Amino acid sequence: MLLKVRAASEAREDEVTPRALFLSRRSVIAGGAAALAVGGMAPLLSGPAFAALDAKTTIQPPDAKLDAVTPQKSATTYNNFYEFGTGKTDPSEYAGTLKTRPWEVVVDGEVGKPMTFGIEDLLKFPLEERIYRLRCVEAWSMVIPWVGFPLAELLKRVEPTGSAKYVAFRTLHDPAQMPGQRLGVLNWPYTEGLRLDEAMHPLAILAVGMYGDVLPNQSGAPIRLVVPWKYGFKSIKSIVRITVTKDQPPTAWNRSQPFEYGFYANVNPDVDHPRWSQANERRVGDFFRRKTLAFNGYGEEVASLYSGMDLRKYF
Amino acid sequence: MATGLRAIGLRATISTALMSRWAKPAVFVAALLPMAWTFWLAGTGGLGAEPIAEGVRQTGLWALRFLLIALAVTPLRQLTRVPALARFRRMIGLFAFAYALLHVLTYVGIDQFFDWGAVWKDIVKRPYITVGMGAFVILTALAATSTNGMVKRLGGRRWRALHKTVFAAGLAGCFHYVMLVKGWQIPPFVYLAVFGGLVALRLAWTSPWRIAVGAGRQPIFSRSGGD
Repeated sequence: MLLKVRAASEAREDEVTPRALFLSRRSVIAGGAAALAVGGMAPLLSGPAFAALDAKTTIQPPDAKLDAVTPQKSATTYNNFYEFGTGKTDPSEYAGTLKTRPWEVVVDGEVGKPMTFGIEDLLKFPLEERIYRLRCVEAWSMVIPWVGFPLAELLKRVEPTGSAKYVAFRTLHDPAQMPGQRLGVLNWPYTEGLRLDEAMHPLAILAVGMYGDVLPNQSGAPIRLVVPWKYGFKSIKSIVRITVTKDQPPTAWNRSQPFEYGFYANVNPDVDHPRWSQANERRVGDFFRRKTLAFNGYGEEVASLYSGMDLRKYF
Repeated sequence: MATGLRAIGLRATISTALMSRWAKPAVFVAALLPMAWTFWLAGTGGLGAEPIAEGVRQTGLWALRFLLIALAVTPLRQLTRVPALARFRRMIGLFAFAYALLHVLTYVGIDQFFDWGAVWKDIVKRPYITVGMGAFVILTALAATSTNGMVKRLGGRRWRALHKTVFAAGLAGCFHYVMLVKGWQIPPFVYLAVFGGLVALRLAWTSPWRIAVGAGRQPIFSRSGGD
């Protein structure tokens, strides 16, 4: 499947330059950390977990002013990850208990070559930086520079069979590492799913980093899904299993409250959530709300996936 | 015997303190502290990445807390047999209203920036906001009729009947919280349980069983509206 992403969201060479500068500053910082590490803490600080990720920006919003990148501090201290508590600052405060090394992702189901990827293998996929809008179902949004690779690249390796229709994802289930799982906020483990064509879409990525660094634990380390045209809860974090299926897989929020959270969960200003108007959103850091865009502004790329579907019914 | 005497002594000391002319100003200032703290955090970037949402949240939580404290005054007065506690009930109730007002103003004026169309849609379409607004309307009516003059004008019986709706406001406030969180979370149910406990105490106190058991042990204060 070859889908061309429209030029508007592709980064031009001249727009990438500041990013390279930013990275070179980062490597100086990383070098400093490595120098410090010689003093006895080398085994803790070295290794891929703490290396800055070098990746070229390939996709970004067409208007950098309108969609200015959210400050890193906001993106890493204000988010939902109920495995560590339901407060917005809980993940950043409590995700330290998550152990991201060693880490394996089992990929199985309707595939010719089921495989288990270690996190080291996953980091070897050609990494790109993609600056995406992130729209939470709670009507707030951010712009985040993710580092990752297309989910399609991983799926191609395992060779989905002819009967493959959907892809199911599962988060780690370990209450010792994820204390929020001791409470029945949701039916653990967290699960998500995509239709196979959505999963193969070039905009859908598996992220291993953000802001040029490896993912912090609270943001879904060591590997998470990012599907920018869907509400944030679809972008499942800390993935341990990816199963290609024939049937639509159950998804965590849909199981919890089926009338509020659909399987598709495409960002849609015309379909209200029972608790939040989806017509507008507040970009974190802004004072005024802004209008929410259909498919979170990625309509040109993805709307065709849903042609002929009643998006009010399949919300 | 000795402990009983000590308890009586303690109760007398507390009563004297509560009757002092500084007691009300002290409670007033204490009740302002959460507001001051929230404003301080708002001004110094302490409300986090989404200060508006956090401001709405904090003012709402404090409205609910003061409402529950106001509802706890009478049961506490009955259980501790310290009638002086009743002096503070009106003020605490008015603080519940003040925090609720701040909550609504933050939502309407800052979060929605006076987009009345959006606010109206929220009220009619989102059950948790409908319920929350219901609680706010009740609290407004109670605050407006909280003066001695209004007690006189309405007459004790009608006034008391009107002010019994505070329980509806408390229930609506708790449900507002239960309904707005995602998934099954504990904190809203803690508030609901505290509210339920306070209602249960009232019912237990006024039940025939209580009167039969407790008769002669202590007087039942029928005059609960005073201050």
